Formats: sequence, structure tokens, C-alpha cells
Amino acid sequence: MATNLLNLSSSFTPSTQSLRRNPNFTQFISISVSKTNKSLIQSKIREIFMPALSSTMTEGKIVSWVKSEGDKLSKGESVVVVESDKADMDVETFYDGYLAAIMVEEGGVAAVGSAIALLAESEDEISEAKAKAANSSAFSSPSPSPPPEVVTEAVATPSPDPTLIATAAAAVAKPVAVASTHPASEGGKRVVASPYAKKLAKELNVDLNTLVGSGPMGRIVAKDVEAAAASASSAVVSESGKASSGQVVSGSPGIELGSVVPFTTMQNAVSRNMVESLNVPTFRVGYTITTDALDALYKKIKSKGVTMTALLAKATALALVKHPVVNSCCRDGKSFTYNSSINIAVAVAMDGGLITPVLQDADKVDIYSLSRKWKELVDKARAKQLQPHEYTTGTFTLSNLGMFGVDRFDAILPPGTGAIMAVGSSQPTVVATKDGRIGMKSQMQVNVTADHRIIYGADLAAFLQTLAQIIEDPKDLTF
Amino acid sequence: MSLSIASTSSSSIIKSSHFNESSSSSLSPSKPLNLRFCGLRREAFGFTSLKQCSNRISLSSRFHSKTKISASLSDNGTTPKSFDYDLVIIGAGVGGHGAALHAVEKGLKTAIIEGDVVGGTCVNRGCVPSKALLAVSGRMRELQSEHHLKALGLQVSAAGYDRQGVADHANNLASKIRSNLTNSMKALGVDILTGVGTILGPQKVKYWKAGSPGTTITAKDIIIATGSVPFVPKGIEVDGKTVITSDHALKLEFVPDWIVIVGSGYIGLEFSDVYTALGSEVTFVEALDQLMPGFDPEISKLAQRVLINPRKIDYHTGVFASKITPAKNGKPVTIELIDAKTKEPKDTLEVDAALIATGRAPFTKDLGLENINVVTQRGFVPVDERMRVIDADGKLVPHIYCIGDANGKMMLAHAASAQGISVVEQVTGRDHVVNHLSIPAACFTHPEISMVGLTEPQAREKAEKEGFEISVAKTSFKANTKALAENEGEGLAKLIYRPDNGEILGVHIFGLHAADLIHEASNAIALGTRIQDIKFAVHAHPTLSEVLDELFKAAKVGALVSSSVHEPVAA
Repeated sequence: MATNLLNLSSSFTPSTQSLRRNPNFTQFISISVSKTNKSLIQSKIREIFMPALSSTMTEGKIVSWVKSEGDKLSKGESVVVVESDKADMDVETFYDGYLAAIMVEEGGVAAVGSAIALLAESEDEISEAKAKAANSSAFSSPSPSPPPEVVTEAVATPSPDPTLIATAAAAVAKPVAVASTHPASEGGKRVVASPYAKKLAKELNVDLNTLVGSGPMGRIVAKDVEAAAASASSAVVSESGKASSGQVVSGSPGIELGSVVPFTTMQNAVSRNMVESLNVPTFRVGYTITTDALDALYKKIKSKGVTMTALLAKATALALVKHPVVNSCCRDGKSFTYNSSINIAVAVAMDGGLITPVLQDADKVDIYSLSRKWKELVDKARAKQLQPHEYTTGTFTLSNLGMFGVDRFDAILPPGTGAIMAVGSSQPTVVATKDGRIGMKSQMQVNVTADHRIIYGADLAAFLQTLAQIIEDPKDLTF
Repeated sequence: MSLSIASTSSSSIIKSSHFNESSSSSLSPSKPLNLRFCGLRREAFGFTSLKQCSNRISLSSRFHSKTKISASLSDNGTTPKSFDYDLVIIGAGVGGHGAALHAVEKGLKTAIIEGDVVGGTCVNRGCVPSKALLAVSGRMRELQSEHHLKALGLQVSAAGYDRQGVADHANNLASKIRSNLTNSMKALGVDILTGVGTILGPQKVKYWKAGSPGTTITAKDIIIATGSVPFVPKGIEVDGKTVITSDHALKLEFVPDWIVIVGSGYIGLEFSDVYTALGSEVTFVEALDQLMPGFDPEISKLAQRVLINPRKIDYHTGVFASKITPAKNGKPVTIELIDAKTKEPKDTLEVDAALIATGRAPFTKDLGLENINVVTQRGFVPVDERMRVIDADGKLVPHIYCIGDANGKMMLAHAASAQGISVVEQVTGRDHVVNHLSIPAACFTHPEISMVGLTEPQAREKAEKEGFEISVAKTSFKANTKALAENEGEGLAKLIYRPDNGEILGVHIFGLHAADLIHEASNAIALGTRIQDIKFAVHAHPTLSEVLDELFKAAKVGALVSSSVHEPVAA
């Protein structure tokens, strides 16, 4: 049996002959002593990194773990089989030790250079390494990883800043804990869920024990799990007043009509915050901006990786430089807090939720870097790997529903900021020009919601005028 | 070929007719057919009609023409007047059919007894209708795989299916193949006798129907080819609706939301492919500790990665389904699972349907084995390596052979056919033994799995016992141009061989069209072709067959081995 297992484990890797044929393939493992946690440096817990198996490889998929947690490894032994863009390959260890914790399960994908497992030098350190692995949840599961643990804290102590939107979106629902009513579930002791429901629950990190099945005989089916995962985000949607058009549709399946479902802890927090936002006297000012020049610029530099979002953020930031009051906020009802930097938070709708990654110092960073940064943030947001400072530090929020064809809408001011701008779609419009002609121009409507205790109508009007000038003559955007 | 014949004079036609008479090559019928197709010369028409090829399928024309030749050549094939037939075959499945065609080719007067429908399990309740369902599931998968289509630049709006339409396709295919089979035998002059066949003595068979005494016939030799039926372990109640076997599943009377498949071999695996493509969720129940136990471990692991894990399938391994109760009175199908080793209750499943795919049991009912003193072993008819039936005293029963599922040597339609042909060879005076290690097997999932010869553990065991070294070579479909063009790079081909003499011990393929690719390897094994020879064979580029080309080239055979080993391997 032992030999059998060995045979098995040499799986799916091209034979050495074929390896040699392709000089691009290198086979090594990157292990480095952890530096992320200073207290651990002495304990010789090494991180096993996703190796670069070819020159073009950016991420790798874990095909199978040859070794299990707790196994002793000796130098040169195969530990894991990794699938790159080219082939599957055995990866060997360069160190003796124990495979303490697997951080990316089979089937999971990890970027080249990211930790996929921890290697402990001695058996005593295994538990320590495990604890460490548990703390870095970022790489812990295949496909959508569970939300960062920060979430619960942020929700428990609602802070008056826009992070709530983000944190709530990332949270996973814990709907009403009612025991499954399946007749064979022995009073809830046994969960009856279909194979796909189980898979989804694992992926979306939903606890099946808390679900009520809507399938035959009360069986939990995939849509119950999806509904549970979506219900948290649907609360967020109604809170923010944004992105609702896109979200209500996906949130509705699985909702049992005619039933009363109490708020979860998180939903309670959201509710409190929404009521709190009523304490801020807000008002709105709209503006129509011609975007022909911006569109032309975008077309020109799109190939260099510049995105429309980055352009809008940049334009907004440049306008804010001239109107610092619009970038301020009112914390105590008695004073202006003028923020030292211009950080543009941009709302991003994602599978059933909403998050606001922040483009820091958008006025100072050049448009190309800003675009790269934006792409990085979105990717991280999708992977639910955003760090708190990447979504809590916004001073001004942008919300764009133009891609849905929305021409104008109205955003609720996130507590802790001074203003939020709702951007509609840019649409070809027939306009009369000053020389008496009729022409076609692309125009978009923007609508700013602001805290009137600090920002007055004239402030917004002036800010919007500046913004319109920048967008209509966008040469400054590229420096 | 047709072109060159068309442009030459009648001498070439005469030549081809000589060729036809002097040789039993299977090429012969294609010549007259081609001539006729071209519609050129009067002589050509006359020639073809003389040969009676005009309205026959090529298969029958071939055997017809050969009949005359071999009958005139062989004396030992002639029958003493006392027998009604030279050969009687009980069971008109693929095995019996293969044997009958070959028997006619060899000049034997042949009858085939069938109590049910011609075609047997394969054609009516097995390989054939399941291929129809799998053809549908393959297309559904493609149409549903958004990212796959997107990668090809295709856009397809939501794909759907009509269950009855799918079921009809399977049913129509089965009837079509059945009538092809029937016609091919009728055309050759095989007597198809309808009824249950019972052996009365070594050379005497009765065929009968319920309520009638039946007819007794005599035959010089008898082949038992009665096949098998789905095996249903005890404790499982099959109602044909919610608890079903492959017989019912192939009719596709309903597509359950959630179906348990008991057994993860070929049948279970293929049905999981069909059901998940049509929207069902599947739970496997496997008694062994690993899914797909019959396959090479490496292949089954890869297959699990591709065919099980990403699909809506979960599984319980190391458990028996000790009791399965069909759905009734509004209650779901209930399945009780017990630990395969400790027999302790492990779990209970409530699902919409259960498919029992735990293998097949030989069908030997009413065969009259007691009349020839034969006792079945676990239901199978005991035979030696030449398919000769062995009686209770361990002696060979003269003139009686058993082929196919009923002997249990290798439960595959084409294996039965090969065994049948082998038996006919023997009764016509040429010794022949089937090399089962050269018989390929395939599982028609998406992608397909195929294999021939030994698995790696089997090969290692054999190598250890017989004291030789083995090596393993592998190639990936990811490196194959055609596979990548199809965007189907997932796959592996694996070769197990002897580096000392270049003998191929086993080939396993998982990937696009694996079932069609395996024959290069199985033919090489059957003909005894060694790696050092086959690696010089040329493959068209770009084709999937280059996966095997690469595989043979990747093998490292000892430098001292000469490349002239052409002796066919028997055994």
C-alpha cells in the first residue's frame, strides 16, 4: 500500500524527460523565513511560496498536496503538485522539517510568490505555525476566500466613516438560525443539503446549520445558500441607496414571501447607521458635463491601461484641490475638519455587495499609476483581500452607475465624510451651441450630496464648475 | 483509389477481380463499390452486380464473397449430415453477433438463438443508447461552459434541452443499430431462432417460448453468449422509477434534481456525466476507499479532479448502500449507508432517485447448464483461456464454449466479440487465444478515459514477480496543438513499458477523444510492436494522435535493444 501511495503521489507531472525538453521549466520551491511577524523569526517557521514554474507564470493552481499536514519532509522530497500555465509539476522542498499548515487547499489558486503552506522546523512548532496560518486568512481557501476577520469588529462598533459600506458588503450572512425542518434531519441534528449546496456553502462560507431548506422535503438546495450569502449584501444595498437597481434582482431569489425575518447583528448595525445619517442635513446639487473631450482622451490612452474610473477620480481630485471645503468633514457639529490628503473612494458593486476601494492622494499620483492602482484594488476586492486602510480612508466618494444606463441618481452621504458624487451615464445629446447651431454632444449628469453644515450651495456649485472645466478640457489629467 | 481505377482500362478491373478471389483482404469490397460509385464502365456495373454488392452494405458483401472462397478451400469445415448446424450461438448480443459473422466467413452453417431482442445489452440497454445520451451531455457541457465558449469567441444564449427529445435520440439509435445488426446477420444467411436457448446435451440445444415445448436442434459446436444483467445488491429495492438500474436510466424517463449513483465504475461515471449535464446533482456511493477503483490510480485521480470535483457531485467512499427504499407516499428515496469495513451505520441519504451501477451479473437462467454438469462460479460459466467450458469435475466439456459477460473474463462488448471470433477460429481448425491485455476499454465521459493493458500498480507487481524493470512515460494534452485549438488541454497520456526490450505493458489516456486514441496502443500490444519501432511511425500534424506519438518518443528504451522484434505476443 505504501508503494501504491508513492506511485500515486508522483502524479500528473511530466516525466523528467519531458521536463528536460523544455528549458523554460524550472523546478524549485521558494522558502523563506517569515518576516511578517517579528516574534516568529526565531522559531524557524518557513513559508512555502508558490514557485514560478515558467517564465510566463503569474499564478499557480494547487493540483494536489503530496504531503499532509504534520508529515515530516526531508530535503528534495515532493511536497505539492502545482499546475502552471504550461504543465503540472512536482515541487520539492529544500529544507527538512514538518509540513505544519496548508494555506491553499487543493484546487486553490495562488499568485507566484505568495505563501501556500508553512514549514516548521520541529514538531513543537507545528501548532504555532497552524495558529499563524489561521491568522492569515487571505490565502486560506480555493476560489472566493472567506471575508477578512475585521468585518465583525467593524460592524460591532459602528464607526462613523464610509467603511461600513465596504465591511458590510464583505460580510457573510448569518440569517435566522432555525433548525432544518427536514423530516429525516432528526430534529436538526443532521443537515440535508444537495451536493451543489454543500459545495457552494463551502465556497461562500455559509453555515448550513443555520439555513432553512426550500427544496423537496425541506432539503437545502443551492439557491438557499446563494440567498443566504446574498441577504447580507442586499441589506447593504438599501443602506447605501446606491447600486440598488442592479442588486435587488439578485437579492430576491430565496426570499420567502409573507415571512418576517429579524435583522442579524450586522443588519442591526447597518440600520443604526442609516438612521444616524438622518442627523446630517444633506442637500444636493446637480450639473451636466460634456464628455466629448474626456472620451477622446480616454480612447487615446486606453491602450496604456488607463481606465475611465481613474480619469474621473483624477478629475475629481484636481477639482477638490481648488475647493478644499468639499474635501472636509464635520465630526462634532462644531468645526470643519480639513483633510490633509485627497483620497477618492470609489464604490464598486460586486457579487451581491458593494465595496469602496480608496485611491489615495489621487491629486498627486499620475493617471497611469492611478489606473494601475485601481486595477490592483479591484482585483484585491474581488479576492476579498483588501486591507482596511484600502477601503476606510476615503475623504470623498464617487459612485458611478453610468454603466447601467442610469442617467441620474441620488446617493446617501456616508457618515464621516463631507460629500459624495453620483455619476450618471454619458449619453449623446442634442444641444444648441452658442453660435446658433444644433449639435450632438456626449453629456453626463453628476449629482453631489453634501453635508450642509460645512459645505454650502455655492461651494458645491463652484466645485462642480471647476470639475466641468477639467473634464471638458482634460489635458491636465495626464500632466 | 477510385480515380486510378476510373482512368485505366478493363484490365485493371480484371486484376481487381483476381485480387478479390485470391485473397480474403477486407479491401476487396471497396473496389467494386468504388467503381460503381464512379459510374464509369459497363463492365464495372456488370462486375458489381455479379458480386451482388449493389444493394448491400459493405460488411455483408465482404463476407459473402469470402464465404465462397473459404468454403471451397477448406475441407475440415464441412459438416457431417447428422447436425442441423455447424455452430449454434445462444444469445444475439455483440459477442454472439461477432461470432456469427466470423462463422459465416469461415463457411459454417450458423444459427443464433435470441429470447429477447437482437443486440443484447450493449445495443439495447448499454453502450449504444448511453453514447446517445453522452453525445447530448457533451454538447450541453460545451454550450453551458461560458468561459470556454468565451475563450473561443463564441456567444450562445442559455442552452436548454427537451428530455423526451433526448430520450428519443437514445431510443432511435438503439433501434437503428439493432436493425443493422439483424439485417447484417439475415443477409449473410445466419438463422435467427427466436426463443430461450437451453442446452440439452453437448451438441443439442432446444429453443422455446413460454407455454410451448419448443424445437430441438443439433449443432457440432455451441457457443454460450447469454451476457449479463445489472447486478443489484441485496437490500436494494428497484422499482424502475426512483430506484433504477442502467436499463431504466437509459430510457431517461425523468431527470431528478438529486440522484445517488451507487458505484463509481464506468457505468456510474458515464451516468454522472449525463445527469450533471442535464442539471441533476449527483452523490456517488462507492464501497472502496477511492472513487473509480478500476482505473489506473493516477488516471482516476486526475479524472476526479476534472470529472467530479468541479461538478455538482459529492461522494461517500468506503460505504455500502445497505438498504435503498424507493420513493413512495410523498417520502423521498431513502438510502442507508454502512461502513464497508465495520458494517456500522454511517449515514442516511434522502434523495430523488438512486441509480444502481454496482456492476453486472452473468445471465445464465434456463441455460440448462445442469444437463452438461456445469456449475457456475459466482454466476459465471467457468472457462479455460480458449473459452472452453469447464464442468464441475474440472474437465472440459467438448463442443461447448462460453464468451462474453457470461464467463466474466472481461465484461466488455468488444471483448465478447473477440472471444467469439477466437472460438470460431478454433472450431475451424486454427488454434487461437485472445490476448486480453490487448483489449482496450473506454469510458465516454467528457473528456474520455481509455486504457489498454496493465495499470501501473499491476505492472509493478508483475515486474517484481518476474524480475524486470518498468518505466513510465507521460505526455500532457496541454502540449498538443489540436487539443489546445479545441481549448481542451486538460488530459494526460501515460505509457508503462519495459525499458529493457521496449514492450508496451499498458497505456492509459484521459483527455479529448481518448477512446479513439487508444487503438494505436492496443494494436501495438496486439501485434507485439515495440516502442523502438512504433516511435518512428508518422502522425499527421496537428492531430490528437500526436499525444501518443509524443508518448512513444518520450519512452527511453535501452540502447542495445534491436528494433526487429516483430513476434506477436500471445497470452
